[in-house]
Amino acid sequence: MSIALLAGPPAAQGMERYADHQRRLGALPPATELIASIERSGLRGKGGAAFPVATKWRSVASQRAGTPVVLANGGEGEPLSRKDRMLMEQRPHLVIDGALLAATAVGANDIVLYIGADHAGAMQAMQRAVSERPGSERARLRLVSAPVRYVSGEETAAVHFVNAGIALPTSIPPRPFERGVDGRPTLVQNVETLAHVALIARFGEEWYRSLGVAGASGTTLITVGGAVPQTVLIEIHQGMTLADAVNIAGGITSESDAVLLGGYFGGWVESSRAWGLSLDADPLHRLGHSLGCGVVAVLPSGRCGVIETARILAYLAHESARQCGPCTFGLRAISAAAGRIAGLTSTPGDLERIQRWSGLLAGRGACHHPDGAAGLLASAFAVFSGEFTLHDDQRRCSIVNTQAVA
Amino acid sequence: MSDRVTLGIDRIKCDGHGVCADLVPELIELDDWGYPIIRSGAIPQSVLPHARRAVSGCPTLALRIQALAARR
Repeated sequence: MSIALLAGPPAAQGMERYADHQRRLGALPPATELIASIERSGLRGKGGAAFPVATKWRSVASQRAGTPVVLANGGEGEPLSRKDRMLMEQRPHLVIDGALLAATAVGANDIVLYIGADHAGAMQAMQRAVSERPGSERARLRLVSAPVRYVSGEETAAVHFVNAGIALPTSIPPRPFERGVDGRPTLVQNVETLAHVALIARFGEEWYRSLGVAGASGTTLITVGGAVPQTVLIEIHQGMTLADAVNIAGGITSESDAVLLGGYFGGWVESSRAWGLSLDADPLHRLGHSLGCGVVAVLPSGRCGVIETARILAYLAHESARQCGPCTFGLRAISAAAGRIAGLTSTPGDLERIQRWSGLLAGRGACHHPDGAAGLLASAFAVFSGEFTLHDDQRRCSIVNTQAVA
Repeated sequence: MSDRVTLGIDRIKCDGHGVCADLVPELIELDDWGYPIIRSGAIPQSVLPHARRAVSGCPTLALRIQALAARR
C-alpha cells in the first residue's frame, strides 16, 4: 500500500538513499510562495492537534525578534503510534526536504531534528540521511536524541530539552513560535507534516488536494493495531473511513466492541459507530472524537475496556511531568481509583469520585497532559458505562475472569 | 489594560498554598488537593480589588490578571 509519502521502494528495503530519492522525486524545489501554496493545499499538522500548517508558519515568519529555528519533531512518545519512526526509517530525505523548505519559508537557518531515543532505526536512518546531504545543508542540520518519555514530544518540552537538557513542558506564554530554541522564534513541526510539505512543494497543492476529499486534502499516516493481524503503518487518502483503514491493515481478527481512536490522548468509540467514521480531523472533531497522531487500536474480544482504560491512565499518571498540581495529584488519584475499579477492589464512592475529578482536569496544566487523560476517561465512561457499574457495584467483570490488572 | 480581564495562572509555579481562594473566594475555589479552580469569564468590577490582592498575595507569584482573550 503506497500512495504519497510511502510511494517508492517497499519498506523491506529500508531507507531510501539520497541518490534514489533524488532520482525518483527530483531535486529540492525552491520554496517560492510556499506558505501560500501550503495554505491552499489545506495541509494540517500531523502531530495530534491538526493545526493549519500555513498559519503556524506565518506566525513564526512574522516574528521580529531573532532569526527563526525549525525543530522537526520526531519524538513520538505515544506508545500506540509507529508512524513517525517508520517514516524516518523509510523516507528520511522527505523529512529533511520538508525541514529545509520550512526553514527557507520562515527565514530560519538552523534546523533541529528531534528524534525519540528509543527509535534507534529512525535515528540511524536520519543520521545516514544527514551524512548523504551536501555540506551546506549538513551544516544547518543538528540531530538531537529525545528522552524516552510521553511528554518529550510536547512542543515546549522539545524546546526546553534542546535549550537546557530538560524534556519537560514550560509555561505558556511564551509559545515556541514567540521564543523557542535559543530564545528564537521556533517552528516546531511534526516530521510527517514536513514530509507532506516536501511533496506539496514538488507536485503542487492541486495534486495534494486531489488525493483527499473536499474539506480534507491529501493523505495521512495511520498506525493500526489491536485486533488486526499485526500492528502496521498504512497511508490512507483523506476521506477514507476507519473500516477502510482496518481492512487495509488486514481486517479484524476478532469481534470488537470498541476502538481506541487517536491513541492515549484520543478516546474510545463504540465499534458500531467507529467503522463508518471518516478519518479526517474536522468531522471527527465535530463528533467529539480526535484522530490525534493517527492511531487506530481495535479492542480485541476478551479484553475489558475498563481494565484497558485503567492501564492507560496508570501509564499517563506515571508519565506526568509532575510540575502542575492538578496533574500530579489529580491524575494520580484518578489512576489509583480507576485501578481499584478495574481490579474489582473499589472502595465506596470511587466511581463517583473519578467522574467528578476527571471533569476538573481539563485546562489545568501547563500542557495538555491532564486534558488528554480526562478526554480518554470521559470516552470510557460513555462507551463502557455498563461495565464500569458492573465492576464498581457488583465487583464483577463481564469479560475477564481474573482480577488481572496490568 | 482593557475592562474585560480575567485571572490567569502559571500552573507550574503554583504550589497550592491556597491564599488566593481565601482572598477572592468569588473567583477561586480549591480542588481536593488544594489547587485553584478559577471561575472563567470576566472579573466583575466589584471583585477586582480582591483579585488584585490575591495576585499580589500569591506566595509563588503564579497568579496574574490578564486580558480576557489571552490564552489560559
